[in-house]
Amino acid sequence: MSSPTSTPVGSKRSRDDIPVTRKLYRNRLSESYLQILPSEVDMSSPLMYGTPSSRLEGTPRSGVRGTPVRQRPDLGSARKAPQVDLHTELPSADGAVASEQAAGQKLVIWGTDVNVGTCKEKFQRFLQRFIDPTSNEDENAGLDLNEPLYMQKLEEISVIGDPVLNVNCSHVQSFDADLYRQLISYPQEVIPTFDMAVNELFFERFPDSILEHQIQVRPYNALKTRNMRSLNPEDIDQMITISGMVIRTSQLIPEMQEAFFQCQVCAFSTRVEVDRGRIAEPAVCRNCNTTHSLALIHNRSAFSDKQMIKVQESPDDMPAGQTPHTTIVYAHNDLVDKVQPGDRINITGIYRAVPMRENPRQSTVKSVYKTHIDVIHFRKTDEKRLHGLDEDSDQKLFTEERVQTLKELAAKPDVYERLSSALAPSIYEQEDIKKGILLQLFGGTRKDFSQTGRGNFRAEVNILLCGDPGTSKSQLLQYVFNLVPRGQYTSGKGSSAVGLTAYVMKDPETKQLVLQTGALVLSDNGICCIDEFDKMSDSTRSVLHEVMEQQTISIAKAGIICQLNARTSVLAAANPVESQWNPKKTTIENIQLPHTLLSRFDLIFLMLDPQDEAYDRRLAHHLVALYYQSEEQIEEEFLDMAVLKDYIAYARTYINPRLNEEASQALIEAYVDMRKIGSGRGMVSAYPRQLESLIRLAEAHAKVRFSDKVETVDVEEAKRLHREALKQSATDPRTGFVDISILTTGMSATARKRKEEVAQALKKMIQSRGKTPAMKYQQLFDDLRGQSKAAITKDMFEEALRALADEDYLTVTGKTVRLL
Amino acid sequence: MPSSHDWINKPLGVVEAMFAQSNSNPEWEAKVLEYFKGQLKEKESHSWVPSLNDVPLHYLKPNSLVKFRCLVQDMFDPEFYMGVYETVDPSTKVLRCGKYKDVTECGVDLNSRNTVTAERQTFYCVPIPGESPWAKEISFLSAARVVPSTSYVPSRQKRSYEEDDDMDTQPQKTKWSLTELQSSSPHGNGDSKRQETEAPSSQTTAPSDCSSHLDLNFPLPGERGPACLVKVYEGLDSFKLNDTLEIYGILSVNPVLTVIVYPYRDPSLLLLNPTESMETPEEQRAHDPPASLVPRLHMLYARPLQHNNPLLPSAPTEDQSAFVSSFLVEMASVRAELLAYLTHVLLGDGLAAEYLLLHLISNVYTRRDVLPLGKFTLNLSGCPLNSYTERLYQIVQQLVPCSYRLSMSLHTMNSMRLVPKKDYVANRLVSGALQLARNTSLFLDETQLEQGQLDSSGVRNITALGNLISWQKVDYDFSYHQMEFPCNINVLVTSEGRSLLPSDCQVPLQPQVTPPNMEEYLTTIHMAQFTSQINKFRVYLSLARTLDYSISDEVTKAVEDDFVDMRKDDPQSVTAEDLHRMLVVARLLSLSLGQTTLSRDGWMRAKHIDMLRRSRTEQQKSLNGNEP
Repeated sequence: MSSPTSTPVGSKRSRDDIPVTRKLYRNRLSESYLQILPSEVDMSSPLMYGTPSSRLEGTPRSGVRGTPVRQRPDLGSARKAPQVDLHTELPSADGAVASEQAAGQKLVIWGTDVNVGTCKEKFQRFLQRFIDPTSNEDENAGLDLNEPLYMQKLEEISVIGDPVLNVNCSHVQSFDADLYRQLISYPQEVIPTFDMAVNELFFERFPDSILEHQIQVRPYNALKTRNMRSLNPEDIDQMITISGMVIRTSQLIPEMQEAFFQCQVCAFSTRVEVDRGRIAEPAVCRNCNTTHSLALIHNRSAFSDKQMIKVQESPDDMPAGQTPHTTIVYAHNDLVDKVQPGDRINITGIYRAVPMRENPRQSTVKSVYKTHIDVIHFRKTDEKRLHGLDEDSDQKLFTEERVQTLKELAAKPDVYERLSSALAPSIYEQEDIKKGILLQLFGGTRKDFSQTGRGNFRAEVNILLCGDPGTSKSQLLQYVFNLVPRGQYTSGKGSSAVGLTAYVMKDPETKQLVLQTGALVLSDNGICCIDEFDKMSDSTRSVLHEVMEQQTISIAKAGIICQLNARTSVLAAANPVESQWNPKKTTIENIQLPHTLLSRFDLIFLMLDPQDEAYDRRLAHHLVALYYQSEEQIEEEFLDMAVLKDYIAYARTYINPRLNEEASQALIEAYVDMRKIGSGRGMVSAYPRQLESLIRLAEAHAKVRFSDKVETVDVEEAKRLHREALKQSATDPRTGFVDISILTTGMSATARKRKEEVAQALKKMIQSRGKTPAMKYQQLFDDLRGQSKAAITKDMFEEALRALADEDYLTVTGKTVRLL
Repeated sequence: MPSSHDWINKPLGVVEAMFAQSNSNPEWEAKVLEYFKGQLKEKESHSWVPSLNDVPLHYLKPNSLVKFRCLVQDMFDPEFYMGVYETVDPSTKVLRCGKYKDVTECGVDLNSRNTVTAERQTFYCVPIPGESPWAKEISFLSAARVVPSTSYVPSRQKRSYEEDDDMDTQPQKTKWSLTELQSSSPHGNGDSKRQETEAPSSQTTAPSDCSSHLDLNFPLPGERGPACLVKVYEGLDSFKLNDTLEIYGILSVNPVLTVIVYPYRDPSLLLLNPTESMETPEEQRAHDPPASLVPRLHMLYARPLQHNNPLLPSAPTEDQSAFVSSFLVEMASVRAELLAYLTHVLLGDGLAAEYLLLHLISNVYTRRDVLPLGKFTLNLSGCPLNSYTERLYQIVQQLVPCSYRLSMSLHTMNSMRLVPKKDYVANRLVSGALQLARNTSLFLDETQLEQGQLDSSGVRNITALGNLISWQKVDYDFSYHQMEFPCNINVLVTSEGRSLLPSDCQVPLQPQVTPPNMEEYLTTIHMAQFTSQINKFRVYLSLARTLDYSISDEVTKAVEDDFVDMRKDDPQSVTAEDLHRMLVVARLLSLSLGQTTLSRDGWMRAKHIDMLRRSRTEQQKSLNGNEP
């Protein structure tokens, strides 16, 4: 064996591994056979005759000659695996394997049931034939779905020159379940075989391609494990996929792959491969027979890159009341520095357990293994936040039965009422508010108008709750925050603009600029609950303008200019400026928020004390029941929170309702009606924004029904809810009419009219005085008050002065008023 | 008492014997658990097991059965170990059991096919934070009653206990004085006797000299006692963070476990054996501390503790129900005595005493979605200054098994870590003062707060306290995200005016007496109580909390009617929140009298005292309104 590392073919199963997973083959291989096999197989032994490399002469065909092989430290030691002939030893191999192998050769890699030839053939067949017409993965964008998928990818490799082929394991499984089983159980042997197969195929097809090194196969999406918590000793040495969040990465570690020794006497050199972190230093020079003359030459040894990454279980996967688990992951070669702390990733790799090697002089050994994962493939789950849609990133897998129960629930005629009453059952009544929040949880359908220049059309519903303190607004917010997977809860008092959006931070260690995302970005595709909205500073509030309509956050800071998606629904709660809601004032006057912001809320609800006897009775009953009912009784009455969660998640992922003809007509009518109401009194009572709100609400309502079409019922409910909310929030307390301009311009039409009247009265009064170029401010105010029938506040007086100043009729300087 | 205590002295022998008999049948594991459970069920047998809480570690026999009353402070990652392994020596090739052990014996044949890998998890456990000295004392004395199976003679240790604690046990000897008590309180500088196991105050984050001084990560500053790494083999999912447990397990203090951390590593080691070098020194220190300081405990049996009051039977067995029913008879009279005592303590204010009593037995008994039910945070406003609150805390501490006083001075609020935080370098959860066991009394002393600037950590701390009071949850800081841990902590806020923290109920204190010398006054009150009396109060408070409670349909109706009537007169006067509070008050009032259902009288009483309280707060408001 002149160059032991020429091909990354099957490696020997390291015998120091934990033998738990050996149960499989232990049954198949006879006892006597195991005794024949010494731990170090003699390379010249006849057992080696079937090694793939010897049959294939390195990598096959032309073109390969220039392409070096790259070691795969991710698969463990790159040694040859001895193959064994099962035929004579074990005639009674289990059914499936035996029948398959009966026709071909009976050679398998030691310790497995993998036959290199068969495995290679199968994989090549898979590459050549696999078609997935329903694929919607973004990796496959631009590929012809009706052609063999992986052949197109090989073509891509020949063009781009990146010698990595990512293979989705679920594809392998659907193509050949047995091959998939082998891949999962013996990744260390099967993946090199795949490598070999792919290179053969590739250089046959593109004989002239020049690649940096030979193509490496990177399987991902092994269906075996999803959750870090479910890893157990059975998974050792198997291929697994887990999800988690990177919490720490180490610096780059050079790991020796091959040590170079030179004889100090005769300059004879030799290479020794590192075997599981140890180098067997040659004691005798083979050339001159001097003992202990060989010295390690670092410069000529081969190293590979390695990085330790710590991954923590993602918070969604954990049972309540426990701390998250962490796992050590080793990345090799080009996977080093692919991930940063804070990234959420899916890792496919081989799960390893290594016995702790204590001081060899001690006879007692710790009985604990160190576990880690050698990573084969990283997949960031949140990288697409910067661009495009990521519908599949947090796709939850629903079992058949679950989907069935959800659909049954959806088929019930009163599903809307059921769900809304299941929402925050501890909060009494407020049916319309709960319905509004329910629709917010579902959201509208996402539409893309970027071709027509409009960009994305907001699909998220924003809701503002105003009302007296102590009307369980916070409780409602807390509930919503706990219900949705990507919810954020902040308080207006404690948050700053950067805390909401994003900020740039310099990492103290690496001096690298890092973008830290705030609450709004974190709740992308979720709900951002903002309590004490009114206490927020103006500068903080101003960032919300962009978020609430354009659904993006622009950042220009410290050399980072970017736009982050923040497709978040905002659920805000505000208290009136005076401690109690003043029914004589408009909403704007009560909560003192800029109307530009208010108009971005689809629904504004007032949470007031209804003060009526029947309500009181029901409320009392509800509360008393809260204090003595047992848990079981409560569960009978209401839908489980988990069911509600799943229901919402399912609807958000799979249901995308569209307007049908009747519904569009109904919407048009509704809008026209709304416009008409106002026009009779010379006011604008609806703007296109209100129409958009109606559409969103109707779509959300259709989602609640699991319906793909928005129908008239949905529009009716949207209209009703919208009207209810308007009735509460946009009623002009002076006239009793609903006046949308209260919310859109901050002032009701009557108020504006009155403002003009005051200004005119003031002008008249000044004119009646004759030629007095300068007047005292205070005196003028007193005069006007005396003259006017209605009460005139200082604010009104100042506004009138400002209006007259705008007309260039007078100027105000300090305490005097001058005519011009 | 049986003559042989082999299951206590040599539990591993029992395990090995069962393993040897089993013939690789995995059922032996269940049998082992069954056996120890059976042994512990026997009357009093659990008291023969020496406790890590009471006996210093160096008196305990290695590999013997011990118990530990503790709180799960952190849960480490699961680890794989050799459940069964084969020895390497070919002449005596035998299978051995690796369960309940940290190290293997003899050489291990790593290539053996008989090796069985199994999984276990390590919990970092600390003594229950804020456990009152009297609770420790009583459990210690009761443990000393039976002859422990160790070489340790407890009388010697007892004397040293008496030095600092005797004033708690024998107040009738008039040795008790407040100054003395203060010196033994956690805030005293403490003696240096057990310096090595005393937690450094948690304010000093990441001490630079941590190599010389091990941070045992106790939630509260000034705590002491052994921390323990508990290896858990079964029922991993049934344990939660912050659970209080009594763990029975095999003590392991093998010195091999101590990893010597060299400040400068051998670079070649790093190169060739990267697996082991991957752990940072901080992580090694946190996960493999010297076994002499942090012993390992291999769990055989664990019992969740409903309370840590040593005066009450801890297990819900027949004798507990017998105990409860016998005590219920006395309930009303003990309540009256306790009320009188508290009235004295609160300077003659009967109403405040009533509310304090209700507060002390409050308990979050369930949660409806996010809403915790049964919590009753009391804000005692109008407290006299000059260390009155400190004395008040000491009296509360005498009554409840678990308590902590957080003096909310500007400095502590800005510098103290209240919320536990994950330290990713050491890979552990760094504890904070809000990581407390259930039903701990948290005494927030707002009278210590002065004017000044709160920095960002101060604001976070105040927010955390607010969340704790409103939702009974603490959001642990995991750096990249927060994680919510529900808790059940009785918060009592003492303040001059209305507290800046939210509370369920505010009672302005109206002192009826103004003793010229507050200290003397309180000392005399305390001295007038006999230990037996105080013990009765302690049992009473712990017991009243555990009683069941229900409301009949009839009373429900009456309450509803009442509410509607009240709203009729003046809708502003009674809100839903008021009803919430009155229902809690009614519940606690009934329970405090030993009644497990709400009666009409009970409801009227609750309404009455709430009215009294409200009129008092109104009065206070108008008073303040007059002097802007």
